[in-house]
Amino acid sequence: MSELVNKQQAAVALAGDTFSPARDHHHHPPHLAHHFDTLEQQFASGKLGMWVFLATELLMFGGLFCAYSVYRHNHPEIFEFGHQYLDKTLGAINTIVLITSSLTMAWGVREAQLGHNKRLALCLILTLLGGAGFMCIKTVEYHAKWEHRVFAGRWDQYDPRYKGPQVPHEPPTNEPEAQAEQQIKNNKMLPQTTMEPQNMPTLPQGANPGYGAALATPQAATAPSEAAATTQAGPMLQAGDAYADPNAGTADAAKIHPMQGVPAGLATRVHAEGKWEVKFDDLPKTEQDHVLTFFNLYFLMTGLHGIHVLVGMGLICWILIRSMKHEFGPTYFAPVDLVGLYWHLVDLIWIFLFPLLYLIH
Amino acid sequence: MSAITGNLGLATKQPEHKSDNYLTHGKGIKSWLFSLDHKRIGLMYMIGVLTAFFIGGVFAMLLRTKLLTPGLMYTHNEADEWNFYNHCFTLHGAFMVFMFIIPAIPAVLGNFVLPMMLGAKDVAFPRLNLGSLWCWIIGSIFFGWVLLGGILHAAFGPFANYWANALIPAGLDTGWTFYTPYSTAKAANGTVEALLGIFILGFSSILTGVNFIATIHMLRPKGMTWFRMPLFLWSLYATSIIQILATPVLAITGLLLLAERTLGVGIFDPALGGDPVMYQHFFWFYSHPAVYIMILPAMGVISEVITAHTRKHVFGYNFIAYSSIAIAMLSFLVWGHHLFVSGQSPLANAIFSILTFAIAVPSAIKVFNWVSTMWRGDIRFTTPMICALSFIILFTFGGLTGLFLGALSNDVHVTGTYFIVAHFHYVMVGSALFAFLAGLYHWWPKMFGKMTNKTVGNIAAILLLIGFNLTFFVQFIAGAKGLPRRYASYPPEFHKYMVTSTIGAYVMAVALFMMAGNLLAALINGKKAPANPWGANTLEWHTASPPPHDNFPVEPVAGDPYDMGSWVWDEATEQWVLDEDHARTVAGTEPTVHQH
Amino acid sequence: MLKILGSIYMPPEASTVAPGVDWLFNFILGITAFFCLLIFAGMVVFCIKYRHRPGHQGGESPGHSTGLELTWTIIPLIIVLVVFFYGFRGFLDMSVVPPNSYEIIVQSKMWNWAFQYPNGTVTPELHVPKGVPIRLVLTSDDVIHSFYVPAFRTQKMSVPGRYNRAWFQATQVGEFPIYCAQYCGTSHSKMLSKVVVEEPTNFDRWLEEASNPEKQTGFTPQKAGEDIYKSRGCIQCHSIDGSHGTGPTWKDMFGSKVALSDGSTIVADENYVHDSVLYPTKQIVQGYQAVMPSYLGGLKDKQIDWVIAYMKTISEPYKKSMGSSGAVPTSAPMHKDEPARSAGSNLK
Repeated sequence: MSELVNKQQAAVALAGDTFSPARDHHHHPPHLAHHFDTLEQQFASGKLGMWVFLATELLMFGGLFCAYSVYRHNHPEIFEFGHQYLDKTLGAINTIVLITSSLTMAWGVREAQLGHNKRLALCLILTLLGGAGFMCIKTVEYHAKWEHRVFAGRWDQYDPRYKGPQVPHEPPTNEPEAQAEQQIKNNKMLPQTTMEPQNMPTLPQGANPGYGAALATPQAATAPSEAAATTQAGPMLQAGDAYADPNAGTADAAKIHPMQGVPAGLATRVHAEGKWEVKFDDLPKTEQDHVLTFFNLYFLMTGLHGIHVLVGMGLICWILIRSMKHEFGPTYFAPVDLVGLYWHLVDLIWIFLFPLLYLIH
Repeated sequence: MSAITGNLGLATKQPEHKSDNYLTHGKGIKSWLFSLDHKRIGLMYMIGVLTAFFIGGVFAMLLRTKLLTPGLMYTHNEADEWNFYNHCFTLHGAFMVFMFIIPAIPAVLGNFVLPMMLGAKDVAFPRLNLGSLWCWIIGSIFFGWVLLGGILHAAFGPFANYWANALIPAGLDTGWTFYTPYSTAKAANGTVEALLGIFILGFSSILTGVNFIATIHMLRPKGMTWFRMPLFLWSLYATSIIQILATPVLAITGLLLLAERTLGVGIFDPALGGDPVMYQHFFWFYSHPAVYIMILPAMGVISEVITAHTRKHVFGYNFIAYSSIAIAMLSFLVWGHHLFVSGQSPLANAIFSILTFAIAVPSAIKVFNWVSTMWRGDIRFTTPMICALSFIILFTFGGLTGLFLGALSNDVHVTGTYFIVAHFHYVMVGSALFAFLAGLYHWWPKMFGKMTNKTVGNIAAILLLIGFNLTFFVQFIAGAKGLPRRYASYPPEFHKYMVTSTIGAYVMAVALFMMAGNLLAALINGKKAPANPWGANTLEWHTASPPPHDNFPVEPVAGDPYDMGSWVWDEATEQWVLDEDHARTVAGTEPTVHQH
Repeated sequence: MLKILGSIYMPPEASTVAPGVDWLFNFILGITAFFCLLIFAGMVVFCIKYRHRPGHQGGESPGHSTGLELTWTIIPLIIVLVVFFYGFRGFLDMSVVPPNSYEIIVQSKMWNWAFQYPNGTVTPELHVPKGVPIRLVLTSDDVIHSFYVPAFRTQKMSVPGRYNRAWFQATQVGEFPIYCAQYCGTSHSKMLSKVVVEEPTNFDRWLEEASNPEKQTGFTPQKAGEDIYKSRGCIQCHSIDGSHGTGPTWKDMFGSKVALSDGSTIVADENYVHDSVLYPTKQIVQGYQAVMPSYLGGLKDKQIDWVIAYMKTISEPYKKSMGSSGAVPTSAPMHKDEPARSAGSNLK
């Protein structure tokens, strides 16, 4: 803690030489709260408070990191399998975008200290753009998951074999959108309606239709079957039950599996092309049950981080407006500095998230 | 105006401009609800937590009354009866823990006293402080919603309308611990609202912690080094560390539970691929330190009260201060002792067990130091002092019974039984509640400028002590004999313990009403309080009672907070008077330094 | 002496680890008593001697005494380390399962216990032979429960999704209560059972009978079916008083027409019940969800026959169709002759 204080004092010394201690109440600086003696004291308090709050934020994410490490330790295979669904290129671009926005933010703090409100506004706009860009790319990534039918929780319809069918027609592409479109084109396997949540409430809690069905019917899933075109409710309900008791549905396996037209051995061919290093079928049976956990963690971690990015952008808007009113100067730039600290934390958390989720192996 | 004459003036006679104190500084409800004044925020917190305490207490009475019989008490059907009981103990626990005992001392007494102990005008971030209060209010509204929903459901049954069912939660029956998968897969649907409430209440706690840390670091007056801080500040500082480091983990745990309950995101429920024991780890990573959020500030209050009312310098200041920090640090490392029978590995059990024993030592140090403080003192049996003595008795007992639970093989036998219930009530209710009452009675004259009635207060305190032991001591026996906790029904052999316990609970209720009535009576017709009714030397006693809006017209001299020689009893005015020469010598600084 | 004292606050000592636990309990009790007396005596003496009164003045005393404070830091530290050591040693005794112990699987669900013996027999009460180490493997079907036998000083959570282990060795013949010590919902306090400790020879005889209900005195298929209804989890979802649960009620179900979720209607006959037990999601009754677990491999056909026999006793439509209100066939080997079903394949 004392180190922290020293740092702040250093920061104050750097920034605070230009203003005079204002104990005199008759010349009370406009931004000095009544309970502080000097602006330095106020600034240092604010900074300490912010650091303490950032510690809180870190601990909050720490909970998720902890859950991540426990699951990764217990189920390393599903992380190696699941991360293949994430686009490293987009992730890397996002990392660069966010680091750049951190740079413009830091630059903005400097401009605020110098009292260049216009330049500060420019830096803040650039930072905002960075944040917005990050969120846009994130949306693209989420969209790709959506197309893969990977959602969190009970809306998930993830099916490990779903990715396959486009391969015979076109070589795999790195762009998830293209991949996804390809899949939609090539597949009419799961009627689109099954993706809509209103069909879901009939499901028992914890049922993941496509996923559960595939679990229950590992052999049948690779074999084409006319019977698959039976009812819609059938597969879902059967699948839900199959999850509760993997043995229960075996007898009716052919009836319930939702796949049709998937050539046998497809996954092996994908594997041969080097894209999918870990195949669903290679996972131990017990691990197949847990694949969804990876995506749950992915959505929770990036989702919570995304919310923080949005909050940060809101705060930047707030100081942007204030900078346009020329409120900041050498004696008063604390809000810019504190928002900057927050923004760096958001950046820092992403720098941890990126390798943990995208760069496994 | 020099600091010394200012102090002297305040201490010896009520100054003329006293008509403007913080209570009269602004008028209207808005001047309270949106006040940035730490004293007003403290008082509003007090109204809030006492309301929560009352509601939690009503549930305590309901469930103790239910336990008069192992059969049916309120309803005609077993399932309804058990459900009613389950809702009662859950809401009792949730209201008491999240809304009463965690914010009680830091947010009420801490908010009121901390800046004044520092000789400061306010906490570092008054707006954040107001935000903390509003987080508390909004979080509590969620719980009120759960409570109201439960009552509506009980009265009008399940609703035909989908939205009515969705918006009116059917109460809360998870237990305050929210163990998965029960809470996410089975329990009544108030869980969602309650978790949102806890999330928001958590931020109330975090914001208070951030504020206190920044205030203690940045707003200490000249002359008040770290080791000249009152011990209450040390304990609040330690508490704040726990609040900012542990509460976010509760927040994220709550979010994960919410995601699991509403979206089916499987982190904890094995049916969704999760691990329910991990929930217990997450939960207790917060909730064990949370026990110290409850007890550490209580210890701080006791340090203040005992020194003031024995008129003695505290014995072993450094050991008490360090032990607060040691407890805060160790409190993060002992959560696993809640999981001894969950299937945790024996090695982990051994580590958590030994750390649990380690944390007993700093607590023991404090008790010994408090008792030693009384040695050669001048003990006055005021109500705060009676409460503080009760605290020592109950805390000693609560702490020592912790040894039974820390010892692995014994814990296997008594965990999940009434033994646990008795143990943590001795610590969290016996100790923390008595400290809260001691603090209220100690600072009531400062808050409102009125003295409380000593006789009534003392009788109430002793009655409360008797009622408390009657209620919870027998629960040790019931637990050791193997009666599990949270049992709506129980085997007949435990009937005698349950009845005794319930009678004790009624005695406690009477005593608490006496306590509250006595405090209220003081507001109406209490004797006018002088600036320093106890002759204590912490800085809040250096200003008028009640204090002016800005706390100190002139900055007080910060000396040794436990130097009782600074205040001399003046027979003529029957008041404690500051001996300025003595104070200056102790402070070791010239008064001119503090001149504005 | 301690034993007599202990009986006031401890349950009977009926397992090998109990005396050790009680010894440690009493040891800590002694420490507690000593320190309580020390502190309370100090308080009382100081309160009397140094109370404020006319003429009394607080004396000067040192603000601290490092030696004294170190003393009361180090002595408690040593004491707690000793307590830790004994607690840990006792815990190791509880954790390390002796070889060649007798394994019983404890299945818990809201809100009952089921104990499965090595030969596949499942009973709602735990019977164990005296003097034989028993190894328990605990599982849960729904939420967390905790298996607690105070007389054995044994407790372990049964956690869904994982297997927990515990063991004990009973030293006394008798019956001792089993509690659920982890809150698990409405009837948590009724999630009770008992452990019956018997001499090994009696235990063998009991197990033989339990695994073959037909040989028990007073056996009827209806009663055996009712036992299965109560002990194997049917009771959790299916009421017998007509009320709606997670699943449809059994009252008046057998022989009645049942509307299924796919719009069709079916008569609840023997085949329907049999299929519903083994393939529960094939036919879902309208208004209910497909949440029932399959009992394939869990219940033998013979046992399902008994359940059917029991269902008949609580179904008015069936009794009416039989023309007599009370008379129900005593045995129900309904589908023994049906060629489609190879009864033997499902039997162990």
